[in-house]
Amino acid sequence: MTDLKRRSLVAALGAAPLAVPLLTHAQTIEANSKFKKISSRERIRQRYFPNLELTSHEGNKLKFYDDLVKDKIVIFNMFYAKCEGICSPITRNLVRLQQVLGERVGKDIFMYSFTLKPKDDNPAALKHYAEMHKAKPGWLFLTGAPDDMELLRRKLGFVDPDPEVDKDVSNHIGVIKYGNEPLERWGGCPGMSPPEWIAETLSWVDWPKDAARNKANGGAL
Amino acid sequence: MAYISKRNRRKEKERQIAAHNRRELIAAGFKRRDLLKMGLLTSAGLLIPKKGLSAHPITSAGLAFDDPVSPPTTPFAQNMPRLQVLQPVAALTPAPTIAPNTAAGEGRTVSHQAFAQFPPQRFYEISQQQGLVTMAANNELPQQTIWGFNGITPGPMIVERYGVLGSPGNGSILVRQRNNLPSNNGGFGLPSVTTHLHNGHTPLESDGFPCFFFTQGQFYDYHYPNVLAGVNSTHPGTGDIKEAMATLWYHDHRIDHTAENTYKGLAGTYILFNEFDTGDENTGFRLPSFGDGQNPLTSFDIYMVFNDKVFDEQTGLLAFDLFNTDGILGDKFLVNGKIQPVLHVSPRRYRFRWLNTGPSRFYQMFVLGPNNTTKSFWQISTDGNLLEKPVQVTSARFAVAERVDVIVDFTGQAGKTFHLENRLEQDDGRGPTGNVLGAGQGTKILRIVVDGPAVADNSIDPATIPANQAVYFYGFPTTTDTPRITRTFRFERGNGQWQVNGQLVGGCNNIRFAIKRNSVEKWIFQNNSGGWQHPIHMHFEEFQTLTINGNPPASTGLITRGRKDVFRLEHNMEAKVFFRFRDFVGKFPLHCHNVVHEDHAMMVLGVIDDVGDNKTQP
Repeated sequence: MTDLKRRSLVAALGAAPLAVPLLTHAQTIEANSKFKKISSRERIRQRYFPNLELTSHEGNKLKFYDDLVKDKIVIFNMFYAKCEGICSPITRNLVRLQQVLGERVGKDIFMYSFTLKPKDDNPAALKHYAEMHKAKPGWLFLTGAPDDMELLRRKLGFVDPDPEVDKDVSNHIGVIKYGNEPLERWGGCPGMSPPEWIAETLSWVDWPKDAARNKANGGAL
Repeated sequence: MAYISKRNRRKEKERQIAAHNRRELIAAGFKRRDLLKMGLLTSAGLLIPKKGLSAHPITSAGLAFDDPVSPPTTPFAQNMPRLQVLQPVAALTPAPTIAPNTAAGEGRTVSHQAFAQFPPQRFYEISQQQGLVTMAANNELPQQTIWGFNGITPGPMIVERYGVLGSPGNGSILVRQRNNLPSNNGGFGLPSVTTHLHNGHTPLESDGFPCFFFTQGQFYDYHYPNVLAGVNSTHPGTGDIKEAMATLWYHDHRIDHTAENTYKGLAGTYILFNEFDTGDENTGFRLPSFGDGQNPLTSFDIYMVFNDKVFDEQTGLLAFDLFNTDGILGDKFLVNGKIQPVLHVSPRRYRFRWLNTGPSRFYQMFVLGPNNTTKSFWQISTDGNLLEKPVQVTSARFAVAERVDVIVDFTGQAGKTFHLENRLEQDDGRGPTGNVLGAGQGTKILRIVVDGPAVADNSIDPATIPANQAVYFYGFPTTTDTPRITRTFRFERGNGQWQVNGQLVGGCNNIRFAIKRNSVEKWIFQNNSGGWQHPIHMHFEEFQTLTINGNPPASTGLITRGRKDVFRLEHNMEAKVFFRFRDFVGKFPLHCHNVVHEDHAMMVLGVIDDVGDNKTQP
């Protein structure tokens, strides 16, 4: 463990007066009872999936976790409607992915494209974009309050550790993230990967066979 | 994108300082109420967005994105375990077969190519399964649910011997890996695996190719002939002794999911002895004795597995950053599965085998003595392959998957305390900053107390090897053969995704180049990006470095000369390396061993066959 150095603490505090004495050693912590028993699924929700209100290209208000992620297999990517660069080829690739995935999109697999420019991309602009690319049901284009969209981008790891690189939104559209929320299986892959390959990677987080059959028959997971 | 202005460097430095400061505050044991009193924490429990403290913006909704920080733990309050040695089994049921035994549940799809030539002499069986382990001292953290080989992490050590010269194949073994992992992963981990022996000279169907994964309930037979390269080509019948390997490891290599599976515990060690590197300090090279690997009075050859992890502040459980694509750093440092443990030694020489299993951190390890002195030691290998002779150094740098064997001499040091200290500064997954901290300013990872009984030391004192003796071990194979082809591999980033030569891994069927068996190739590794470093790993064969940025590799200091299987590709670096591909055929990956980069497509798949191709930029 790093010993706390007075100098670095003072540097961290600036001129703020110290209200408590400096501690030079880790305090002995209480036994395990200090830790909470929280399920890993719940911790993933708390850490990554803020229940923000988003608006879809169809104008529906949706809660990010409750309505979009919970109990589903999901695919996330970032884009913006007036993107000249890599967005269009990736969106076209996702159109092909939707074809490969077929009927399951909208049933238990959902595709979500989050705008990087919420100030420009209102629901009407998103609707135009969705129609232009002939996106089918089960694939939502989503916007929201700018701060919320920024938080979502960071939570879902569409970030670059270099702040200058991070400012260039084109650096957040090359990757897609995917996962199975109740199974707690998550992954990512390049958005320009062959659609058949993306579908295969998705199959690794798919439901166990019995559960999938049950779900297909209208039952619970 | 590669260009970073001075101003941005300053901002980046501020961000790094902020991350440092937050970690120090919490590592020092400040409780929330202390921080609150000091005006550093909001009532909502967030560090205030004060310059130098909060690395991330806070939204208008009051939500912040903060990297998790582990609960405090007490360092040097538990002993470092010596790794368990795996014992062979008398027989496997069902008996191993050359063709995949699909009917019995084997997940292998390719027949063993060298089974008849080198029939296995010994058999091992490993169950990949969930286990409960203790990582912190004094129950400061709850028991951790891990996935391990035989349910432990690091997995059991396989200790084997090459067949004696003239009788290759005596060392041939078969390891049956069973996938008994649970469906419930506890938050991360994919229960589908492939086990890579890093970096055996192994027929490639047994190498642990990322796409040769097998599922729950299945098994996979890995045939490790443990033969020297050249056995079926340049040195028929024996292999080239200069290709001997000593310190290897095995780990999960599941395509796209290696980071979470190895972080969850699927990594183990593997060492090879022969008639020179005997494991007995009275014979051969007289390196410190391995003994039984357990008894402190007879075992002076100690494998140390380093990794860094983060534990959830609220649950105290191992946490994995699911959506990170840059690289994951831990704030707790483990040796052989324990956070900052203590090793008790006798006043004599020891061989330490250092391995960094990642996921993303680079180390530069020093031996810190009393009063912040720096103790020199002898480096004897690069990536587990012996150098020409021991070289005296003050530190060794190793990225993920690199190994360094060293001899540290505690003779005459009875009663003193030393630490292994990592002084390489690194603040995010991009790689180290390049800044090497001063003595005592780094992270003390292991405490070494010289309080063991005095015992005989018959091991070679490297200081007695005459300075003018160029070779004490095997010497290096030649690198003067004319390459059949020179290939270039550019490791880069575009639109937030990893690429090699501008391409994505593109799926398991995307085999991008073919190497002709028993040929020599020259490869050029390039990293044009200013901000990133990549430990580049080639399977199956070691390379020797010809030049780094036009200069010969270093044989002193931070040693880059020698046979290696990981090239530490640092900022704006170009390296030329020499490969000989011999004896066996099959598919392999070339990839970044920052396992987070690896999982996000920083990989090229290739094949060794009897034709080869002429792609200079695969």
